[in-house]
Amino acid sequence: MAEKNNTPVLKAQNLGIQFGGLKAVDDFNMEIGQSELVGLIGPNGAGKTTVFNLITGVYKPTEGSFYLNGKKMNGKKTHQIVEAGIARTFQNIRLFKKMTVIDNVKAAMQEKTTYNMADAVFRTKKYWAEEAALTKRAKELLEIVHLAGKEELLAANLPYGQQRRLEIARALATDMKLLLLDEPAAGMNPTETEELLEIINFIRDEFKISVLLIEHDMSLVMKICQRIQVLDFGTTIAAGTPQEIASNPKVIEAYLGKDDE
Amino acid sequence: MKMPKKYKRSYLLNFLGLLLLYGIFVAMFESQIFGTSTTYVKGIFTTACYTIVMVTSLNLVVGCMGEFSLGHAGFVSVGAYFSAITSNALVGKGIPDLLILIIALLVGGLAAGLTGVLVGIPALRLRGDYLAIVTVAFAEIIRVCFCNFEFTGGGKTMSGIAKLADFYWAFWIMVVCVTIMFMYVRSRYGRTVKSIREDYIAAAASGINVTYYKVLTFAVAAFFAGVGGGLYAHYMTAMIPTNFNFNYSAELLSEVIIGGTGSLTGSVIGAAFLSSLPELMRQFSTYRMLAYSIVLVLVMIFRPGGIFGTWEFSLTRLLEKFDRRRPHVQKEGE
Amino acid sequence: MTLSLFIQSLINGLNQGAIYALIALGYTMVYGIIRMINFAHGDFIMIGSYTLFYTIPVMVNIGMPAWMAVAIAVVVCTVVGILVETIAYKPVRKAGAMSALITALAMSIFLENLAMALFGAKPHNVQKIFTLPTITVAGVALPLNVLLTIGIGVAMMLLMQIFIKKTKIGKAMRAVPQDRDAAILSGINVDKIITLTFAIGSGLAAIAALMYCAKYPRVTNDMGSMMGIKAFIAAVFGGIGIIPGAMLGGILVGLIEIFVKLYAPGWYEAITYSILIVILLVKPSGILGKNVGEKV
Repeated sequence: MAEKNNTPVLKAQNLGIQFGGLKAVDDFNMEIGQSELVGLIGPNGAGKTTVFNLITGVYKPTEGSFYLNGKKMNGKKTHQIVEAGIARTFQNIRLFKKMTVIDNVKAAMQEKTTYNMADAVFRTKKYWAEEAALTKRAKELLEIVHLAGKEELLAANLPYGQQRRLEIARALATDMKLLLLDEPAAGMNPTETEELLEIINFIRDEFKISVLLIEHDMSLVMKICQRIQVLDFGTTIAAGTPQEIASNPKVIEAYLGKDDE
Repeated sequence: MKMPKKYKRSYLLNFLGLLLLYGIFVAMFESQIFGTSTTYVKGIFTTACYTIVMVTSLNLVVGCMGEFSLGHAGFVSVGAYFSAITSNALVGKGIPDLLILIIALLVGGLAAGLTGVLVGIPALRLRGDYLAIVTVAFAEIIRVCFCNFEFTGGGKTMSGIAKLADFYWAFWIMVVCVTIMFMYVRSRYGRTVKSIREDYIAAAASGINVTYYKVLTFAVAAFFAGVGGGLYAHYMTAMIPTNFNFNYSAELLSEVIIGGTGSLTGSVIGAAFLSSLPELMRQFSTYRMLAYSIVLVLVMIFRPGGIFGTWEFSLTRLLEKFDRRRPHVQKEGE
Repeated sequence: MTLSLFIQSLINGLNQGAIYALIALGYTMVYGIIRMINFAHGDFIMIGSYTLFYTIPVMVNIGMPAWMAVAIAVVVCTVVGILVETIAYKPVRKAGAMSALITALAMSIFLENLAMALFGAKPHNVQKIFTLPTITVAGVALPLNVLLTIGIGVAMMLLMQIFIKKTKIGKAMRAVPQDRDAAILSGINVDKIITLTFAIGSGLAAIAALMYCAKYPRVTNDMGSMMGIKAFIAAVFGGIGIIPGAMLGGILVGLIEIFVKLYAPGWYEAITYSILIVILLVKPSGILGKNVGEKV
């Protein structure tokens, strides 16, 4: 996409969801432009993951709507949304544990393979060609997340930090335009976090994608996000550049509590 | 892109291995090594062949998809009845027997596969024990239908089905079915279904249409259950809907689990062994099912993953091992 | 349908339903605590029935009241239940749902074939414990022993409900499935509670056997398996793991069966199962169950 496109990659309009009278997310608005990296922060239970679940079709929004590249995505099933170009990782890592590392990535390329059941059964040329291409691409992606050489290990046997990176590789395999990262640095030590930052930056440059990031580690968010949106009790309490957010009294209050309490 | 060399070699090797196995069976039966009980022994092996097809197909659901199905006998019965009706209509029209059998099995398989789709679409929205119970319910509904329908004999024994399936044909049909299922598992289809088994939410988030692939796999499993049922019908030549009751489903499921849920090898060996076990213990007829159940419990206690777990037999690997034992045939680059 | 036929069928349905409900209760208690379908539960009823078959004549001969046989049946079933749990189920408890399911199926096959080896395949006719007259009210024949059966069933279920809700052990039983580790931490001996649950469930099976034999005095070695499946379905119907759910499900399945039988005798099973499927699809956790989605 050479020409500058002004349609935002993601646009959420008054998005909201209720669980039995409780508004988990209310009136959520957001725009993410091409190649932008936006942070979504807030205290525990603020509704950040719920936003992800809404955008990826795990939950159906009860109010509002959201658009990907101008196309309305409401009511679409998760796999359709992924096909349209939104991929995610999970806060509580969800890998295909008893499958090999490379199969984890290849499984996510399913929708791009075209050989049919007859090709699979008779092992036609098409089968071998496509499988070889999948393997090649999967290896490239694993290299990007620094997991080269681990292809044949079981996903469950990877150390924690590498599991998180494998989830990113799996998300990349879907060829998305918008990547949602749900606390990718949780539980990582500073070196691992540093490595992760490098990877995220590399991915943005290489694939020209937009990233929406949920993170608890404020220093990380401040360091890499261009814009930040803060949620508390399901509502947006602030939005702006990292500098603006850092000095916003409402944000400080949400995180630290009021003085007089 | 052509087939990689090592696969070509391995496929050829496995085919030769099967040919050899078949040759051994032919030699055994033709030389009358079992004397007067040759027909009987042949019968046991034929039973093993169609049980293998049914059990392997059930393993697609249990092992690959990770869901219980306690109603597999329902699909077996659909295949059995539809194939029997087909062959009844074709016999005596000058069509060669083998062709009739193949047509009948395909019709039976397709009918079962279609039933699989119809059952799968609503049922596979449930998981775990609930799905297991719903599959029981569907299988019972199928059984009640066959007990009431005119064309299936209205609950009475349907007899006089042409005896088209002898051991030799059953063997090759079994080989073809198991090979197709193996190829299915070792392709994007198997990979996709396994990822759904591991984590269906993550699978959906990786762009996989979870419902579609679950129903597809369920239908493929039902298809082969139907083919197995067709073989059953054309070997037994008579059947009654109550043959395919809950106990039969439970028997098939236990053979899958004993063999090893992740292993098609386990299904093949488990089915062959467990289906012939009651026959082999015929002289202790009162106690054979007792022994069978005790074996089941013992395997579950000491090998909860089944005897073979997820291990797959590979002729290539076996020969390579054998090769390495001989020092002078060192392979280059190793 | 005339009113008297309707009332007659209603009573029949309630009778059938009370039997299913009592069996369903055994399933639901075990499922509620260890998430396992105890396929052998139906066979406990078979054991109870055989015990009644052998002990009723003995009781009558030695001049004891016939209902004492029920006490013996309860003891026998309880002991068998505890044995099955300790020998077969306990060792596979950690091995996962598949192993548990297969072990339960295996125990069902085992008990059925053990009974076959011991008592043969011929049906046995159980002597009646009580013979009560049939009274006629407004043109409707009311067999008192059927009413008594329903009464016993309802009484047992109420007792169980009180036991689970009010006693300390009952509370422990409810606590274990909620959070096993927390239950251990608060001093509950989980193994003991599970065994006790089996014991009570199996004891109930003996009562169910009494009710069943009062209606159908024929005992065979495989009587338990299909009845068990139906009762389990009744439990799922009402919402598995919930005692009132088992009652509701049992009664509903019984009523549906009897009323469908009036119009389509060959189809009543298929229709019962179809209703189950529809209910599970609309409300996967059963009529009284709570829907719990998976957290993402």
